[in-house]
Amino acid sequence: MARQILFEHINVPGINTLETYVSKGGYQSLARAFKMTPDEVTEEVKKSGLRGRGGAGFPTGMKWSFLDKKSDKPRYLVCNGDESEPGTFKDRHLMMNIPHALIEGMIVSSYALGARTSYIYVRGEMMPVIRVLEKAIQEAYKAGYLGNNIQGSGYSLDLYVQPGGGAYICGEETALLESLEGKRGNPRNKPPFPAVWGLYGCPTVVNNVETIADVPWIVNHGGDAYAAIGIGKSTGTKLISACGNINKPGIYEIELGLPVEEFIYSDQYCGGIPNGKKLKAVVAGGSSVPILPADLILKTANGEPRLMSYESLNDGGFVSGTMLGSGGFIVYDEDQCIVRNLWNFTRFYHHESCGQCSPCREGTGWMEKVLHRIEYGHGKMSDIDLLVDVAKKIEGKTICPLGEAAAWPVASAIRHFRAEFEAHVSDPGSCCKKHLHREMTSVH
Amino acid sequence: MSILSDSAILEINNLKSRYPQGKQKSALLPALHIAQAEKGWLPVDAMDEVAGILQIKPIEVYEVATFYTMFHVKPVGKYVIEVCRTGPCCTIGAEELIQYMEDKLGISVGETTDDGLFTLKTVECLAACGMGPVLQIGPDYTYRENMTREKFDLMIEELRNKS
Ligand SMILES: Cc1cc2nc3c(=O)[nH]c(=O)nc-3n(C[C@H](O)[C@H](O)[C@H](O)COP(=O)(O)O)c2cc1C
Ligand code: SF4
Ligand code: FES
Repeated sequence: MARQILFEHINVPGINTLETYVSKGGYQSLARAFKMTPDEVTEEVKKSGLRGRGGAGFPTGMKWSFLDKKSDKPRYLVCNGDESEPGTFKDRHLMMNIPHALIEGMIVSSYALGARTSYIYVRGEMMPVIRVLEKAIQEAYKAGYLGNNIQGSGYSLDLYVQPGGGAYICGEETALLESLEGKRGNPRNKPPFPAVWGLYGCPTVVNNVETIADVPWIVNHGGDAYAAIGIGKSTGTKLISACGNINKPGIYEIELGLPVEEFIYSDQYCGGIPNGKKLKAVVAGGSSVPILPADLILKTANGEPRLMSYESLNDGGFVSGTMLGSGGFIVYDEDQCIVRNLWNFTRFYHHESCGQCSPCREGTGWMEKVLHRIEYGHGKMSDIDLLVDVAKKIEGKTICPLGEAAAWPVASAIRHFRAEFEAHVSDPGSCCKKHLHREMTSVH
Repeated sequence: MSILSDSAILEINNLKSRYPQGKQKSALLPALHIAQAEKGWLPVDAMDEVAGILQIKPIEVYEVATFYTMFHVKPVGKYVIEVCRTGPCCTIGAEELIQYMEDKLGISVGETTDDGLFTLKTVECLAACGMGPVLQIGPDYTYRENMTREKFDLMIEELRNKS
């Protein structure tokens, strides 16, 4: 069995209750952490090499150490449970089934950061998850793990769950903070970064659910032990949510460094492609990362086996590589249409653009329109380069990275599958959409 | 006359203690969820009442209610069916299923059946892509995973019989 840090006990009946969670060793990291200074806890997290599991992979300990310590304002830890990146469904699973793992992580992390009030922001659609978390938080208060003077340590913490209202952009950390302040989810200009100017203008750390749930293990076993798991700078384990055309869609905890081929074909993980179909392409880290054709996802351009790690997936940059991202692993078999899929994603980004900057607002709209006409057989050859051009004009020119998130899939799909776009233009009748009896449009 | 029930007003008032003094506007999203759960949607007078409780301007409420897709600023059916239409679900048949749902209910996406029972909406990825196609149905936002035509028929029948 592969190394399990987060999911070791996830199948234990009743693990969503505090009693069972504690019987499996839960909440032990609190006593350990309270014997250390907050900075010592941060130091262990630094040593662990843990990198943000929300998508960007930024080193967590380093992020924590940027927190403005000179400020006498309150500090906040805000957990990002917005999970809306298409293909990503790991945080929902974790919060729903083992809510105390996140709560325990919130407590030790808040202690390390000196936060006295912390929030878990959960996307509003996950009302069932919110109910589970609220119940678990009540249990934790009752058991004395939250509230005043936790376990006689002198440290006090209040923890609340905040629901979103349905908006992908609120996963972007500054949009999330705006939303938590009761506003529209418009991302902020950076700098200042949240570490200096976050929630209510106070120093704030925003971390993903999985990132925070990793912290108790690090406190219990030490940063070095965590760093010994995984490969190179990709330390520890990662939750991968696998979907699309595979025999066993689901959420898998893998040790970083697992070969992609093993992940796709082994019965322990995805179990291969259904109906003996061939693998066509993979989007390895949520819809925002570049798509790779089968040969490049299984092996790098240099012919090395591709591994599930930040570095290996990135090997070749955007010419022949991609990103680990959020761990949303979407598999496409030979019957899938790259153009249709890209149109769908682009429609998604257009729909979810907050509208603040024109390159993103207008550019995603243009790309959607052009892709729709290519997909439905009204495209021109010049449309293909037009798409590349629009994508380039969005990249790097927006307030938040949603612009890139929308541009990268377009650029990569055309780079690797240009012939398919051309075929849609030259032979529109060959298109895949025939099985639908009506055109799908952008219903907003 | 208040639009919201006493218990809803109390619940919204209680939310304020979660945030620092003067930051009660933070309670807006949870407050709108409470109001919508009670009314089924967000009529203007309900939004005005939320503004009053949170001591913010009505426009601050409207601009938030119209930004987030979960809030209905127009009346909806008793059951709002929200089905995912994003890429991963489409690789496993969501588009065909959505068209089937339209035919079955005799409405297009965005519309409500004449009897006022069902509103069909498409939504973006619900973070259940491995269990797709997936839909979510109010009032408690339960997920129905691995949806098929048969499961959908059954669900509609059950809800019709219940009403
Ligand atoms: C458009 C957009 C959407 C995002 N959505 C999420 C999300 O749903 N969950 C998440 O944890 N991070 C998301 N992020 C990344 C966050 O901005 C932030 O980097 C992350 O929460 C930091 O936590 P980490 O360092 O633990 O990964 C998103 C970023 C962008 C630009
Ligand atoms: S890039 Fe798009 S989503 Fe981000 S701030 Fe600009 S308009 Fe909004
Ligand atoms: S794409 Fe449908 S739940 Fe993610």
